[in-house]
Amino acid sequence: MTSTADPDPSDIATSGSLISQFEVDFANRRRHMRVGWAIGTVLFLIVFALTSWIGDFFKVTQVTMQDGSREWRWIISAGIPRLGEFIEQTIPTVRWDTLGADLGNWFWRWKIWLELLFETILIAFMATVLGVIGGFVLSFPASRNLAPNKWALWITRRYLEIARTVPELVWALIFVFCFSVGPMAGVLAIGMHATGALGKLYSEVNENIDMRPLEGVKAAGGSWFDQIRYGAVPQVLPNIISYTLLRFEINVRASSIIGYVGAGGLGQEFRIAMSFQEYTDLSALFVIIFVTVMIIDYGSEKLRHRVIGMEERTS
Amino acid sequence: MNLTQSQIEAARAQVPLAFQAPLPVRIRRYALWTFFITLFCWCLYDFDMSPLRIWEGLGRFGRVLSFMFPPHVWDNWADFAEILNGLGETLAIAFLGTVLGAIFALPLSLLGAKNIIRKSILRLTVRRGFDMIRAFETLILALIFIRAFGLGPLPGILAIAVSEIGTFAKLFSEAIENTSEKPVEGLKASGGSRLQQIRFAVAPQVNPVILSILLYNFESNVRSGTILGIVGAGGIGFLLSDRIAAYKWDEAWSIIFLIIGMVYIIDWLSGLIRSKVIGKWDGAK
Repeated sequence: MTSTADPDPSDIATSGSLISQFEVDFANRRRHMRVGWAIGTVLFLIVFALTSWIGDFFKVTQVTMQDGSREWRWIISAGIPRLGEFIEQTIPTVRWDTLGADLGNWFWRWKIWLELLFETILIAFMATVLGVIGGFVLSFPASRNLAPNKWALWITRRYLEIARTVPELVWALIFVFCFSVGPMAGVLAIGMHATGALGKLYSEVNENIDMRPLEGVKAAGGSWFDQIRYGAVPQVLPNIISYTLLRFEINVRASSIIGYVGAGGLGQEFRIAMSFQEYTDLSALFVIIFVTVMIIDYGSEKLRHRVIGMEERTS
Repeated sequence: MNLTQSQIEAARAQVPLAFQAPLPVRIRRYALWTFFITLFCWCLYDFDMSPLRIWEGLGRFGRVLSFMFPPHVWDNWADFAEILNGLGETLAIAFLGTVLGAIFALPLSLLGAKNIIRKSILRLTVRRGFDMIRAFETLILALIFIRAFGLGPLPGILAIAVSEIGTFAKLFSEAIENTSEKPVEGLKASGGSRLQQIRFAVAPQVNPVILSILLYNFESNVRSGTILGIVGAGGIGFLLSDRIAAYKWDEAWSIIFLIIGMVYIIDWLSGLIRSKVIGKWDGAK
């Protein structure tokens, strides 16, 4: 602004009205924002009250007291002692002087669990492979700059959306019916979901690439496949590897519970432990899954950093 | 201009790496591919994924898919109200789970942020705590809460809230760490207390980020809220698994399409709110 360095007499004359104009505008804006906040807060509170009513927050249930009488209690205060009791039941008795025997008791099914853990990781691996193949192939027609035509774009995008919106467990329920109980249903279910999720991520990577290498391949007489193979794939590969490793971590978590509906892996043991009331098994299974997930997360994080480092060195 | 074979040979001799990766890299690459392909084939054998089984399964899957057409339409209000109630419960689970998780996570996230808590021992223990919470699967949490609170949407809400505490606390504290120090220094210079610094210098910077995290996680919780019903924690998943268990595939597909429609609407709405509120915040900066 030059006028601040060299004040014009006319500016000074109008500055009084400018300031008052500013004050009016400021007051207006402030009021506008306050009204917006008020409406937002009221809407939020209405939705909050409505959802907590739907969500049984104000429910009153009967509980059995210590002396056997029944009493009416608010559901939260009735449930919390039960929650404490249940968690206490899952904690095994591990004493220092009988450590080995206690741990042996805690992990008494360790042979079966180890086998199932191995199966869980293999399910995650297979599902990741399926997801990568499906997502990789479909991501090119699903990205706006690479799609061969409009119809291919629309159809692949809708397919990917449906595949990732329907949760893994629902796919698992469907595939357990189709392919019978076992890890195959789990592989297909998680693979289906992973296809949808990875396809979307890959296509977003594809949409951010430099189009000039593709034009070069086209100018040299390359077909659509040649353009993708030699123009697009080298650009997106590091990102794709990084997303794939992330997806593998997610798939390990998913495959550890998918057995709950009979699709293989450790999840079925949760169901068994619940129905046989072997509550200490629950904590043992949790420890097993926790350690496995930690190790896999750590390893894949290291790998991902190396892949990203490779990308930075080459570019 | 056509290259002759001798020109190509000369170029290859000059820059061999442009034509072929060095030997150790190639060996490593082949070894990796062999490992993956062997593992894949072994899995195919171990999981009994024979072509016959795949073929039979695809036949059944085709029959299941054929129930999509014509889609099942609920003709009496009582049945449809049950479905709508399920969808409403799922939304309630996702909404309350997100809100409760955020309410508990916000103060915790301050403890995990580098620029709020300078003592690294406290901060790191808090952060490991977040990781611990996140390691619990929502479904397992739902199973535990069902034991305490009975069947219904309440255990679902609590399961999502607890697992979101870990996620939110981590994301929020990262957002707080990414804020600029300058407004804080300005407030410090004009005599603001530590709380005032957080309220007037840090909060305006992180609020839009937090809102966008909340909206994003709400979207993803709507998706995960649909599966909690499979273990009995209320919502549309309960009705869906019930229909699948009874082989009522036509109704199951209709429910799945309703879920997809609901997710679309929620994504659209949250995009609307995000552009509106965050746009306003960008203007205020």
